[in-house]
Amino acid sequence: MAIWLTEQSKVIVQGMTGSEGSKHTQRMLRSGTKVVGGVTPGKGGQKVDFDGATLPVYNSVAEAMAETGADVTVVFVPPKFAKGAVIEAIDAGIGLCVVITEGIPVHDTTSFWAYAQGKQTQIIGPNCPGLISPGRSNAGIIPADITRAGRIGLVSKSGTLTYQMMYELRDIGFSSAVGIGGDPVIGTTHIDALAAFQADPETDAVVMIGEIGGDAEERAAAYIKENVTKPVVGYVAGFTAPEGKTMGHAGAIVSGSSGTAQAKKEALEAVGVKVGRTPSETAELMRQIMTSR
Amino acid sequence: MDLFEYQAKELFAKHGVPVLPGSVASTAEDARAAAEQIGGQVVVKAQVKTGGRGKAGGVKLAQDPAEAADRAGAILGMDIKGHTVHQVLVTQASDIAEEYYFSFLLDRANRTFLAMASREGGMEIEQVAVEKPEALARVPVNALTGVDVATARDILAQGGFPAEVLDETAQVVARLWETFVTEDATLVEVNPLVKTPEGRIVALDGKVTLDGNADYRHPDHAEFADIHATDPLEQRAAEKDLNYVKLDGEVGIIGNGAGLVMSTLDVVAYAGEKHGGVKPANFLDIGGGASAEVMANGLEIILSDPSVKSVFVNVFGGITSCDAVANGIVQAFELLSSRGEQITHPLVVRLDGNNADLGRQILTDAALPHLEQVDTMDGAADRAAELAAQGA
Repeated sequence: MAIWLTEQSKVIVQGMTGSEGSKHTQRMLRSGTKVVGGVTPGKGGQKVDFDGATLPVYNSVAEAMAETGADVTVVFVPPKFAKGAVIEAIDAGIGLCVVITEGIPVHDTTSFWAYAQGKQTQIIGPNCPGLISPGRSNAGIIPADITRAGRIGLVSKSGTLTYQMMYELRDIGFSSAVGIGGDPVIGTTHIDALAAFQADPETDAVVMIGEIGGDAEERAAAYIKENVTKPVVGYVAGFTAPEGKTMGHAGAIVSGSSGTAQAKKEALEAVGVKVGRTPSETAELMRQIMTSR
Repeated sequence: MDLFEYQAKELFAKHGVPVLPGSVASTAEDARAAAEQIGGQVVVKAQVKTGGRGKAGGVKLAQDPAEAADRAGAILGMDIKGHTVHQVLVTQASDIAEEYYFSFLLDRANRTFLAMASREGGMEIEQVAVEKPEALARVPVNALTGVDVATARDILAQGGFPAEVLDETAQVVARLWETFVTEDATLVEVNPLVKTPEGRIVALDGKVTLDGNADYRHPDHAEFADIHATDPLEQRAAEKDLNYVKLDGEVGIIGNGAGLVMSTLDVVAYAGEKHGGVKPANFLDIGGGASAEVMANGLEIILSDPSVKSVFVNVFGGITSCDAVANGIVQAFELLSSRGEQITHPLVVRLDGNNADLGRQILTDAALPHLEQVDTMDGAADRAAELAAQGA
């Protein structure tokens, strides 16, 4: 099963002919993902060779879907063109749109999010590493070879902390790992992922990684209390972040007394989520849960 | 980026939001000249990016240019909640009939924009929210359709604005929405928005936060950069495109990925509790690539921070494998030595992830001066804190 991405998923890459798009298309193919083509307006009809796999380039998402049956798109286009690319994907009616691009103005994200409401496209990101169902498919930039398939689900705002956690628990393995991104406005949330993992028969427990800024973790805690029966282990980064400074991710900022790591940790612990002090301690908490089953 | 009041008002004026004439001054003499030009009573207002200026004595009325100069002289250099006053805004004084509150902001939780309106202006809006929540209307704004005069009027009615000001205030609010959207702001706040005795609606104060991700479409926003507030090291780092934030500790930090670096700061701070209370000296994310040049630039910035006593390089080899990162570190040392820079502080490196063994071997073979490796993040943080405590 896994969530949202399986061995059946047919993936296209918007911006496949750019440097990042082409590098990661190659990596996705190597990890066994069914990448079926790319979209670059004006370059339709071209072919791109990846280690012997020749992928067609289309002018539009709609054309790529009609030709290949794609149901997932991964967006690598630069910030300036990202809003247009996502709206095109929504208009084409694709099921899942994974936005890797970092640095998209929040007005653009807010407007494509509003545009997606009531339509059939799920958006992950922006400013995220994408999602992976190890051994099955990989839509984005998560390194596929640091872990293996298993029964832990992972949802995280941070890319490298996702990789760190996948690596520390590589002997146990993951059903799916979803990087939801570090921007102030994102499509798929912790709550969406928790709901999907709760419903997924191939996931036994969930690691949830958060960081300073906003109140997504607090809302996830409230959701867990009411709806999640599988064990959840948490980690929150940014206890030492000063107020008013953006820490790398556009959304990672403590404003006044809101968005602090301490408040997030307390909210999670209050609903019975064990929260690790360090990534290693968090991995250890999950290891205990998985090995005592 | 948060703007000063005078900068916010420049944007207001550009978009047709009514503001009173004024100009910014950084000396008492400039304040006198500004007051002369405006004529009549003026208000001298400290320009700091924090609330409570009035209570702190940073906002004063002056009857004439001489008094304006005196007031400015007293306010310039003041410390308001940790912010030094480098500039004052000298602006026309205005009689006030009524004070209101209005803002547009990004609502992260609901992934939309929010309008907040209240007829109770002038005091801290957080206080209104607590004491008279019914007096503060919070109205979600559809990001696709935005706010026209009719929508604005509806929002103001919900905020309890008096019927006789609705029409004129709605015009102002539509201009504020234009400011919010076309300038890529995440906050536009007017507190107070006032009605003058003549019935005019004027933005008496202004607070604007701009989205840095949108800088590429606003080259004119570069002039809003606050030279006084920018740390010199942060300035140098920004020139080299490094994602660096100066903190006040002793352990320099380099890592890849924002989340991992934030986590590294925390782990170092915990370790520091056992080693004389040393703390992280900075946030520095060199990104997933971790190239030699970026590593060298990062080390150069961190080593030029006089409070740094040790450096912790914490890299997880994911997209870039550890052997490439290790080669990057070796080349960074060569690059630094070719620039005449000496590595004078102990460096603790933790490499983990793809090809970790190979990466560690490369560093062992290179036998770089002052560099030692610890294989786990927690262990390396502890060692870096210990070394910083010894060097302090």
